[in-house]
Amino acid sequence: MNPEAPHPARPVVQRLRVQYAKRGRMRFTSARDFQRALERAIRRAEVPVAWSQGFSPHPRISYADAVPTGIASEAEYVEVALQDRRDPAQVAAALAAALPDGLDVVRVVEAAGPSLGEVLSGAGAGSAWLLRLPGVEPATLAAALRALLAEPSVLVARATKSGRTEVDVRAALVTAEVSAADTNAPGGVDTCAILRMVVRHGTPSVRPDDVLAGLHVAAGLAPPVPPVATRLAQGPLDEQTGTVADPLA
Amino acid sequence: MDSLFAALEPLLPRVRKPVQYVGGELNAVVKPWGEDATTVRWALMYPDAYEVGLPNQGLQILYEVLNEQADTLAERTYAVWPDLEALMREHGVPQLTVDAHRPVRAFDLLGVSFATELGYTNLLTALDLAGIPLRAVDRDETHPVVVAGGHAAFNPEPVAEFVDAAVLGDGEQIVTAITTVVRDWKRSGRPGGRTELLARLAAGGGVYVPQFYDVSYLPDGRLGAVTPNRPGVPARVHKHTVADLDAWPYPAKPLVPLAETVHERFSVEIFRGCTRGCRFCQAGMITRPVRERSITTVGAMVQTGLEASGFAEVGLLSLSSADHSEIGEMATDLADRYQGSNTSLSLPSTRVDAFNVTLANELSRNGRRSGLTFAPEGGSERIRKVINKMVTEEDLIRTVTTAYAAGWRQVKLYFMCGLPTETDEDVLQIAALAREVIRAGRQASGRRDIRCTVSIGGFVPKPHTPFQWAGQLDHEQTDARLQLLREEIRADRDHAKAIGLRYHDGKPGIIEGLLSRGDRRVAAVVRAAWEDGARFDGWSEHFRYDRWAAAAQRALAGTGVDLDWYTTRERTHDEVLPWDHLDAGLDKQWLWESWQDALDPDAPDIQDCRWNPCYFCGVCPSLGSSIDIGPTGRRLLPLTPVPGSLDGFAPS
Repeated sequence: MNPEAPHPARPVVQRLRVQYAKRGRMRFTSARDFQRALERAIRRAEVPVAWSQGFSPHPRISYADAVPTGIASEAEYVEVALQDRRDPAQVAAALAAALPDGLDVVRVVEAAGPSLGEVLSGAGAGSAWLLRLPGVEPATLAAALRALLAEPSVLVARATKSGRTEVDVRAALVTAEVSAADTNAPGGVDTCAILRMVVRHGTPSVRPDDVLAGLHVAAGLAPPVPPVATRLAQGPLDEQTGTVADPLA
Repeated sequence: MDSLFAALEPLLPRVRKPVQYVGGELNAVVKPWGEDATTVRWALMYPDAYEVGLPNQGLQILYEVLNEQADTLAERTYAVWPDLEALMREHGVPQLTVDAHRPVRAFDLLGVSFATELGYTNLLTALDLAGIPLRAVDRDETHPVVVAGGHAAFNPEPVAEFVDAAVLGDGEQIVTAITTVVRDWKRSGRPGGRTELLARLAAGGGVYVPQFYDVSYLPDGRLGAVTPNRPGVPARVHKHTVADLDAWPYPAKPLVPLAETVHERFSVEIFRGCTRGCRFCQAGMITRPVRERSITTVGAMVQTGLEASGFAEVGLLSLSSADHSEIGEMATDLADRYQGSNTSLSLPSTRVDAFNVTLANELSRNGRRSGLTFAPEGGSERIRKVINKMVTEEDLIRTVTTAYAAGWRQVKLYFMCGLPTETDEDVLQIAALAREVIRAGRQASGRRDIRCTVSIGGFVPKPHTPFQWAGQLDHEQTDARLQLLREEIRADRDHAKAIGLRYHDGKPGIIEGLLSRGDRRVAAVVRAAWEDGARFDGWSEHFRYDRWAAAAQRALAGTGVDLDWYTTRERTHDEVLPWDHLDAGLDKQWLWESWQDALDPDAPDIQDCRWNPCYFCGVCPSLGSSIDIGPTGRRLLPLTPVPGSLDGFAPS
């Protein structure tokens, strides 16, 4: 045979959108770690994924902007193109069985409407976050938050692929509120403050680490142990109410 | 024993690649801690970074074999990088397993697999972080029994002070035997403490317990004798050989890492051992005799391994995979089975032989043909005869011509520098060979964009090989020869652009040489280097020659021997070697004659005993083992879809 001949690829007949969670210790997986895990799970679950053409065919999976390594999430999304039609609920069950615990399938639906990228990263999208700050008094966090919100803008430095850039933490915050945790926090610290916030997506998007850096810049907040952040939701943002809608609805 | 993950977790956001410390891989096993009196618990360590250690076949096999047993549990632990080590020390977090994050200190046994001697300092870090005394004699019965295995354990003397025991050879069966001894001792109330347990392990000659042997030295610094110092301890310790690999089809549930590792594939060992007789090759000497897995066992292992892992690549492992008696059928049948499934198949090591290209063509028939690797090992015909690597230049040119003509664009060639009797001329011949490869390749393919990469490793003489007596080439001469070769390749501008040259400087090889053929006095060097900060010595960004040289000078002061004595010095026939009491089955006189034959240009070649008469290396009669090869004449049938899989779902 001719080794130069590219592989034929079968056409895409269905696109499924998968919402998944990164929980517990699996929050330490990177975006690339998750990609490998998902591709292997797809093989084990025998999901008929479509393949690209060429010498090194790869499964046709679109990854939306993923949560940074070390941050947990209840609301991550990928879109998988299939070459045979499948029942989304059965794909959900098969993938859930094939993925490691902590990388958990929340639901699978048939794709509709604008692309995942447009829904999640475009103008008008946002994320709801929950941050646990062990060792930080809720009153201390509340004061730091008030100081940050009082500023017209709070710039923090961020390393990106193309060098260093600055993001405005203040401008990206839509809502933020502080409460006290009712359980003991990791690390055996008794006190633990909770920060819930909704952040507007941008280029680049403001992340929990940026908000913590902003609290440090604005009020000198310095948590004694690394806070644990979780993305609770992401999707179309209602600027009036500060709520994040279901991106798969 | 509770998980200490909560103590580790706050440190993880502050280190590189934290995912390597969290466990939770597909097919990882967490068993209940069990009853103290009856449960035997193993912590299995690969003393290098997770990304190197996780794919290790040996450790995965033992992990699975042990966890299949009732009242036995095995968890894994790897070397932590210096960033996490510093945080663990600061916060008092001990060395933990990745499976259940239990402290290594709490296990009954710590099994350490040494694929290379450069992992020794990482063992010391792990012991220290675990809270286990570095010296075996300072431990009590609450500490794990530290057992070394792997190829480097065939001369464990440089770490004899730090390990309680060493095991030679195949681990599948001996781990269970050790487990039984430990369980019986625990059940009967730990009679006689740690010493009694070690004595029970040592009694059969299947486990080496260094503290039960005394070493004496001659006035000139050479070894006098190694003798047991306790009744019931045999004078020699023998290696272990699994007779029937088909009876041990592991790994069946390969660990699938979340982190990126050095091998992202499912590997099946298609046979163990090699009898081609390359004189430099320790692996080929200590893993004899050849024992094949049958084509049907390999087919079944590939199927279950892929189903259990979701890997997209299969590696057919061995020391020389094209030598399997059914490799042609295996390649064709596996390529047929997985056609259209985007599963790639590969042979990691290839001999210089046109048949290998045919095999590689078959295995890659559905994929891209990027690069093929061959190992002529020596640049000149003369030096290849010295090492008994019987490849002619004609063989090599015919092989690469076949490869380039079949569409392969890149050929990699492995060589060694510093082989016994080697001259500059032998090494410069590598340049001439590479040019000839490019010339033949351009002609065969009709293209100018083909490439040849020359990769050169420094030769390190290893125990239990005919070259165990050889003087190692010093690093200055190694570097000078490589420099000459570099200039020679560059001199021909038309070909130089198509030839890549990869090599390392000679210094790390000298330290590897010290650790490979060292005796018990070298333990002090290992400890001094470690105390001075030596970690991850197999990584060029961490290895520092000056630190090791200084440690050797300090630690060997007053002994009358030094770094050169251990490395560049040629040994004599009558010298007691530090590993003479460790029996790999090889007849020392046969090794010596093979060494003498290497130095004699008129000596006959060694012909592989799989297809030629026995050449009396000694392994089969002394260990009661025998060659186990096919062909079985069987073939692999196509796989049929399993009912109930997603393929059976009705379209919506």
